[in-house]
Amino acid sequence: MEGVIALYIVMLAAFTGYEVIARVPVILHTPLMSGSNFVHGIVLVGAMVALGRADTMLEQIIGFIGVVLGAGNAVGGYVVTERMLEMFRSSGQKKKPKEAA
Amino acid sequence: MAGLLPDNVATLLIDASYLLVAFLFIMGLKAMSSPVTARRGIIVAGLGMLIGTVMSFLYPGMGNFALMLLAIAFGGGLAWWSGKRVAMTDMPQMIALYNGMGGGAAAAIAAVELFRIASAQPGAATVHGPVVIALAAAGAFIGAVSFSGSLIAFGKLQGLIKRSFRFKGQQVVNLLIVAATLAIGASLVVAGHPTMQTVVLFFALALVLGITMTLPIGGADMPVVISMYNAFTGLAVAFEGFVLENTAMIIAGIVVGSAGTLLTQLMAKAMNRSLGNVLFSGFGDTGAVATGDVKGALKPIEPSDAGVMMAFAQKVIVIPGYGMAVAQAQHKVWELCQLLIDKGVMVRFAIHPVAGRMPGHMNVLLAEAGVPYDLIADLDEINAEFETADVALVIGANDVVNPVARTDKSSPIYGMPILNADKAKNVLVIKRGQGAGFSGIENHLFYLDNTRMVYGDARKAVAELIHAIKAAG
Repeated sequence: MEGVIALYIVMLAAFTGYEVIARVPVILHTPLMSGSNFVHGIVLVGAMVALGRADTMLEQIIGFIGVVLGAGNAVGGYVVTERMLEMFRSSGQKKKPKEAA
Repeated sequence: MAGLLPDNVATLLIDASYLLVAFLFIMGLKAMSSPVTARRGIIVAGLGMLIGTVMSFLYPGMGNFALMLLAIAFGGGLAWWSGKRVAMTDMPQMIALYNGMGGGAAAAIAAVELFRIASAQPGAATVHGPVVIALAAAGAFIGAVSFSGSLIAFGKLQGLIKRSFRFKGQQVVNLLIVAATLAIGASLVVAGHPTMQTVVLFFALALVLGITMTLPIGGADMPVVISMYNAFTGLAVAFEGFVLENTAMIIAGIVVGSAGTLLTQLMAKAMNRSLGNVLFSGFGDTGAVATGDVKGALKPIEPSDAGVMMAFAQKVIVIPGYGMAVAQAQHKVWELCQLLIDKGVMVRFAIHPVAGRMPGHMNVLLAEAGVPYDLIADLDEINAEFETADVALVIGANDVVNPVARTDKSSPIYGMPILNADKAKNVLVIKRGQGAGFSGIENHLFYLDNTRMVYGDARKAVAELIHAIKAAG
């Protein structure tokens, strides 16, 4: 990839990450931490490529470990985030009508 | 090893899918910034992950598909199983665990690349230029630290590691390890053809650093540390994304790295601590807890008596903790408060920034149970009001109301801002059992003369209080 383009991507992605979080109310910080934890589970894709291109036994072993860990990050991150947010939803469903302050 | 599709078609499909992945991730994170859309957000992001993973099987020049599927089934299956059955209270350490796995995966990618460079014949054309090696090494360093550090954080929160290992000059040792790791990392870049031993040493040092950095940090500060490692992993993923020229990894990694850094600062600020403090002061050390000098005894009270006490109060401040959320008692609590309000009692909710180990969790649970926002106050707003309160009702909270944080310099939670429940005329504590809090520290509030304990499950206990207040007419 062309170096300068890569730097543009980094800059824009960094601003995006900052902006997405900056508007988050304090009350949602932890689910968001869990959600962003899930998002970097995309490392699974890279681990798959590393394993897919592995030639030697050593590369295969490390690549295998990488994919196991990456899949754990992605799947685990999704499950716990979803469960946490599910808890929020079930609270919402039982919402009392006289909620107005 | 030919890919599943012609190379140019596969590359086009992958590029297009990664664009979609980046879009879905950002949309998902954005949706997660509001309680109403939060659940949709994780599903949107999940869809992105699924698309990215499936399309990556098309990468040109890949083999080892059986191993790959086995690894995904194994890692994903274990994570699914553990994530589904973990108790809500144990959520922070699970986030730490999964985050550590991500860091480990990033380090593994770097390891494959670096070992490939190391095992190349001397004189052969270099596999990667110095810039790529530097990026791989940087990702390896950060990823490995995040991996071992997160595992230690998991161990501490899970109660597997009980002590905080600290010794004089620990910071100096850590700094030396950082310097050594960076020096070796630099030599990898300069050498171009590093030896296997150098690469192994590099990873070993980075892993040790994660351990020695995290071990001295106590349980109360762990959410901040986990958030920091979350940002670390994001950066490591982005670095390895550059190595593999994988745009999805670069964008997702940088977004998480930047968002995670901001989030870490916000969380540290909410706890009234700086990140440097968290990392270097050894706060929350549970190794030397002074528990022997508690004066007084725990005094139980019948729910009926407690109900009457509140019914005739003028002002009640409710302090909910995670114990209340675990028992799903927030609706009952609001029902109780509505009864009191109807009787002319002034009711307010006091929320500690780290109420229940998950910052901000409490506000949402209360809001969705129907508690009006103006009744909920944070620590700074409410602390002066406790002196005028007749009853402070503590439900499933513990360390955040422990007065030793103000008085006892030897206490691991000394200096943490607390809710001044002890200043209220009467304190009622609803608690499941007699055990100490999350940090293992005896709570002196529970032993005060004006404190009464209501033992039992939070929801049941509150239901009994409601019954008592109704009976009191």
